[in-house]
Amino acid sequence: MNNIHVPPENLVNSFIPKNYKSSTKPVWCPGCGDHTVLMSFTKAMAKLGLNPEDSVVVSGIGCSSRIPAYTKCYGFHGVHGRSLPIAAGIKLAHPELSVLVFSGDGDGYSIGGNHFLHACRRNINLTYVVMDNQVYGMTKGQPSPTTEPDWDNGMAPGGTNLRPFQPLVIALAAGANFIARGFSGDSNGTADLIAEAVTHPGFSFVEILSPCVTFRPEQRAWKDMVRSAPVKTTFDRGQAARRLATDDGFYTGVLFRDTRPAFEPPKVKTEVEVSDFDHEFIV
Amino acid sequence: MTSTQSGKFNRIAIAVVGSGGSGVMTVGELLLRSAAKAGWYGMMRRSSGPQIRGGEAAAYVELSTSPIESPCEYFNILLALDWKNVERFASEIALDENSVVISGEAGVEFPVMVTDTGAKVWDVDLKTMLKKLKGSRTNIAALGLLGKLIGCPAEIVQNTLENKFSAKALELEVSFAALELGVQAASQAKFVMELAPPDVDAEERWAITGNQAAGLGALRAGVRFVAAYPITPATEILEWMSPRLRKVGGFLLQAEDELASINMTIGASYSGVPALTATSGPGLALMSESLGLAVAAEIPLVVVNVLRGGPSTGIPTKSEQSDLNLAVHGLHGDAPHLVLAPHSIPDCLWTTQWAVHLAEKLQTPAIVLSDQSLGQTLAVTKRPLDSAIKAEREVLKKVPEKYQRYALTKSGVSPMTLPGTPDGQYTADGLEHTPQGTPSSMVEDHDAQLEKRDRKLRNFDYGEYWAEISGSGKIAVITWGSTGGNVREAVSQIDPEGKIIRMMVIRLLSPAQPEIFKKALENTDRILVVEQSYSAQFYRYLRGYFELDDRAESFSKPGPLPISSAMLLKKLQEWTTK
Repeated sequence: MNNIHVPPENLVNSFIPKNYKSSTKPVWCPGCGDHTVLMSFTKAMAKLGLNPEDSVVVSGIGCSSRIPAYTKCYGFHGVHGRSLPIAAGIKLAHPELSVLVFSGDGDGYSIGGNHFLHACRRNINLTYVVMDNQVYGMTKGQPSPTTEPDWDNGMAPGGTNLRPFQPLVIALAAGANFIARGFSGDSNGTADLIAEAVTHPGFSFVEILSPCVTFRPEQRAWKDMVRSAPVKTTFDRGQAARRLATDDGFYTGVLFRDTRPAFEPPKVKTEVEVSDFDHEFIV
Repeated sequence: MTSTQSGKFNRIAIAVVGSGGSGVMTVGELLLRSAAKAGWYGMMRRSSGPQIRGGEAAAYVELSTSPIESPCEYFNILLALDWKNVERFASEIALDENSVVISGEAGVEFPVMVTDTGAKVWDVDLKTMLKKLKGSRTNIAALGLLGKLIGCPAEIVQNTLENKFSAKALELEVSFAALELGVQAASQAKFVMELAPPDVDAEERWAITGNQAAGLGALRAGVRFVAAYPITPATEILEWMSPRLRKVGGFLLQAEDELASINMTIGASYSGVPALTATSGPGLALMSESLGLAVAAEIPLVVVNVLRGGPSTGIPTKSEQSDLNLAVHGLHGDAPHLVLAPHSIPDCLWTTQWAVHLAEKLQTPAIVLSDQSLGQTLAVTKRPLDSAIKAEREVLKKVPEKYQRYALTKSGVSPMTLPGTPDGQYTADGLEHTPQGTPSSMVEDHDAQLEKRDRKLRNFDYGEYWAEISGSGKIAVITWGSTGGNVREAVSQIDPEGKIIRMMVIRLLSPAQPEIFKKALENTDRILVVEQSYSAQFYRYLRGYFELDDRAESFSKPGPLPISSAMLLKKLQEWTTK
């Protein structure tokens, strides 16, 4: 579990969303869903009362991955697809830090897909937020793993004809401890999901539908398609799987929680000094 | 093969071969450890095919009255537990008319590698001897036989065996009996192959592999986080470190691939813990993109690359110095970083320790180029260098106003803040950035940051450690890494006083040190550049960074055979007699 800072009442004003936002101007297009995800993040942080200096925001490459510099937390903007390993290294070395990872559908599901699987099964206490817009935005409009098969584009004219990647199904099968879906247009709802993910032990995965108004303007219609899942969160992996079988990709809320304890490095205290190892080798 | 006045040998080389799983490596290791206990020096190289079991294996054990580093030219003894596929080692096991071939099985038609050499053949038939001894193993009898032949006291061999199989009393009884049968067999030998007595007052000696030494060097320097992916021949570093890291408050994580391991290492180091990963050529290739990130974001870390034959999967179990190009030039963009190479098995300890120190001091990645022949060879050697050098990173606990993570300081090293420190927040970034760390594509920022990252490495004083230099002659022999041992042995034979040949084994390969190098080469007439690669990577590297004129000649052979001291000797004799 992350150590959640409980602010004294007279200091409660320091935990307000704007105190988590830096002055750096985002590169995102006007109307991009990622602006509101950033807002949701700041709301979640304020709600949790986490100190910005005790929190690390890690990302890879892509539109969504630009987020660390827009926060007032410690940040790491790494290479394409490798945000989860960087975050794992930070969290294992310093378990007292809150570590949040932001990614996109290309960064997280394509080039970083292997790390997604192993982060789920390894269950280190991380929060993994994927801003999914079903397109590569930074390279200007190529299909991603979640793109519909018939979406016409320059790389694959007429569409890829490939079955879209199912992030929640994969997360569930690989062993994620917390699985949720949000919509960037609902900034308070998304903030709640992020806050819940941070407080949940182990690896928490939040998929956020975040429209790309530039290359996928039709995604503006998502606001009319998303709705709260009509059922409560389940602790049963089998039940979660059955629900996902009929999921159309627009149900929001927390789908699944597990109670598996987070993976932590074993805390072994010994009196051993490095110089003691010399004796293994002395003839 | 040198013998003393008494007819005893100062140095004996023994090859033990057999099919995989027959216990070849156990014989070799126990023989070396017994000889070490008795006071001798030595080393054991391993050679094997790719099979996990059922393939073939060879242990090359060399024992001596003084420290040794380079493989012999001819073996004194070849002992075959069985002869399955032994000819696969033919090119690695040179025999001559002075060699003795001992066969553990009877009635075998000896391969050409034996019959063509004039070596004496002795059919001991250990297998039949052991038939009555239920549950016994041929390799243990072979150990008894070899121990007796070289003159190692039987109780020392017995103790070594006991330490190896401490818990299993019944097995031990059978093993002792097998050992004794071997000893008895040895008394039938019609030749003497005894080592001259060891120097009983010798200084402290260690039995250690290069991979263990690298692990210990890392721990001494303060490494407390390792993430890595198993790969031959680097895995022993990880398996040695993992349980010991836990004892000193650290942790090793097996990552899902090398892309993950290098990035986990970056993450741990960013948060303030000295971190390391170990790999071999294919893994280093996968890591190269993220090494560039560590350069740009100025994150210290160490990659120990244990070289093997390449390209691609190459020869995973055997040595070659052919990752030099990748280590020095393999990063995209202008990415100054450190590349260091240990020049001996004990030096794997110090060079890794120094690499951690430098990486932390200069906030950049360091690649340590060890190789299979250093990493997997067990050496009985003098105690490695004791040094208190540690990770020392410039970290700010109290953050000044207007803190800039990538400030343009005089040294080029900018004080770093760690997560958890108030007012020190910044975003580490692979994007080019301003001194504050804000992404920037401005010409001025790129120029300033490129220059700073280069300057911090260029202007640092690496002291005398950049190379091991000895001798003062007009002929220079330059080499790096494990080949240093082969060169040292050849040079010590031709020029024991260091008056004809100037020997340079370069430890700091990147950043290159052209000024010091030039000075070290003053007043030389000829230069021989020795290395173990097909395309003369080191020779080309030297020509790229230093003014090497036509004085320089390349002596370059690919692996997996080690650079032969005898061939080098021949070359140097040609030069010195002219």
